[in-house]
Amino acid sequence: MQIGYYPGCSLSGTAKEYGKSVRAIFKQLDVELADVTDWSCCGATSGHVTSHKLAMALSARNLALAEKQGLKEIFAPCAACFGRLAVTKQELKNSPALKEEIEGIIEDKLNNTIEIINIIQLFQKIGKEKIAEKKVLDLKNLKAACYYGCLLVRPFNILHFDDAEQPTSFEELVKSTGAEVVEWNYKLECCGAAHSLPRKDIVVDLSKKILDDAMKHGANVLVVACPMCHSNLDMRQKNIIKANPGQKEIPVLYLSELIGLCLGLDNKQLGINLHTIDFNIRLKKNVEEEVAK
Amino acid sequence: MSHQTTNHTRTMTDDIKDITSQNPDICYQCGKCSAGCPVRNYMDEAPNLIVRYIQLGLYDKAVNSSTIWLCAGCLTCTTRCPKNFELAAFMDALREIALKKGIKIKEKAILKFHKAFLKQIKNHGRSYELGLIRDYKLTTGDLMADVDAAPDMLLKGKIGIFPHNIKGKESIKRIFEKTEVK
Repeated sequence: MQIGYYPGCSLSGTAKEYGKSVRAIFKQLDVELADVTDWSCCGATSGHVTSHKLAMALSARNLALAEKQGLKEIFAPCAACFGRLAVTKQELKNSPALKEEIEGIIEDKLNNTIEIINIIQLFQKIGKEKIAEKKVLDLKNLKAACYYGCLLVRPFNILHFDDAEQPTSFEELVKSTGAEVVEWNYKLECCGAAHSLPRKDIVVDLSKKILDDAMKHGANVLVVACPMCHSNLDMRQKNIIKANPGQKEIPVLYLSELIGLCLGLDNKQLGINLHTIDFNIRLKKNVEEEVAK
Repeated sequence: MSHQTTNHTRTMTDDIKDITSQNPDICYQCGKCSAGCPVRNYMDEAPNLIVRYIQLGLYDKAVNSSTIWLCAGCLTCTTRCPKNFELAAFMDALREIALKKGIKIKEKAILKFHKAFLKQIKNHGRSYELGLIRDYKLTTGDLMADVDAAPDMLLKGKIGIFPHNIKGKESIKRIFEKTEVK
């Protein structure tokens, strides 16, 4: 299976391990990722909060490039890129006048027929059977809190993916690794997103609530599918611990890393060694138990 | 896309409708948006009150609030609105209008972050972490921000030391020239 691939900026920077693990696992699952040639930033938060047309044009440029390459579908692992590309597609579909204007700005034509999918949707396409077939490690020591964050399921009127208030697709997927999933309350609550640098205080408050709720419900790992969420929950966890004496640590894995572990890839291949909060101890225990069998 | 008619003086409501295709007058003030807003506690005004200000023509109060800059774009309000009013898009429009009007904004650091981020995109086509941190620190003067986290990120290669320039970066520059709100 071949699919268009829009990695987005974070996957070679702050979310390097997400980029690394996505490439590694999909290779293992026989999915060929065809990069959108010369892709550029989707505009991210900073685009849409300052200029509607700038945001539309930056995303539309990538849609036009992908079309020219003959791609029918693009997979965007970053939840924020996924959202921006999908929102742009829909808004340009709703308004032919806006589409024409944006085409003028990007100096390119757009059929606007390309499908944009997130990482869970790509796994659904591949099928649980394929993961089961390639599975080498049962992650039964893990109690995972699956964190959707904001942009995997919202805006629902555009994405039409899973459910905007009680989604379950993430948990279904994680269960196929042998990990236990916990029921918890904060799987859709915002981590503070792009306020990480200018209003760190807000991010520390909001992210702490997410970590606390996960631990309160018995989780020993958080699983995410968004670079922004990961950096707020993993990298900022140091700030949270510093501001709250007695605060316990909880490791945060990307969904691709979790799947990678169950496919038998190691910490280094998956970039798990690049996290702020260490995960190794838990994994070691799991591996030792498997080997002892 | 102008809603202007001969007997109508253009208002901020018209600007909002142009940017978002949303009509703020449909809001009946149930407050569900503010009830679910994760950043409500940090805002000077509740999100539903910003909509009310626009309905009443109290435009200055809306664009001068910290609310419009603190909205994190999580879309909880948009998801839950019983009138299908897209409040997050409305907040985007108000920020754009505030920038165009040259209003002195309350959350200066947030705007400086966005500007520093976009500067990297304009120059290189993709995000460039070291440039972002440099420009953010220089414009805010907060040189000590995150000095504890940065070395670890640099060592792990999570902060790119050199920018990645895309081939089509001139086309990105032109996109900015045609659309950027300074």
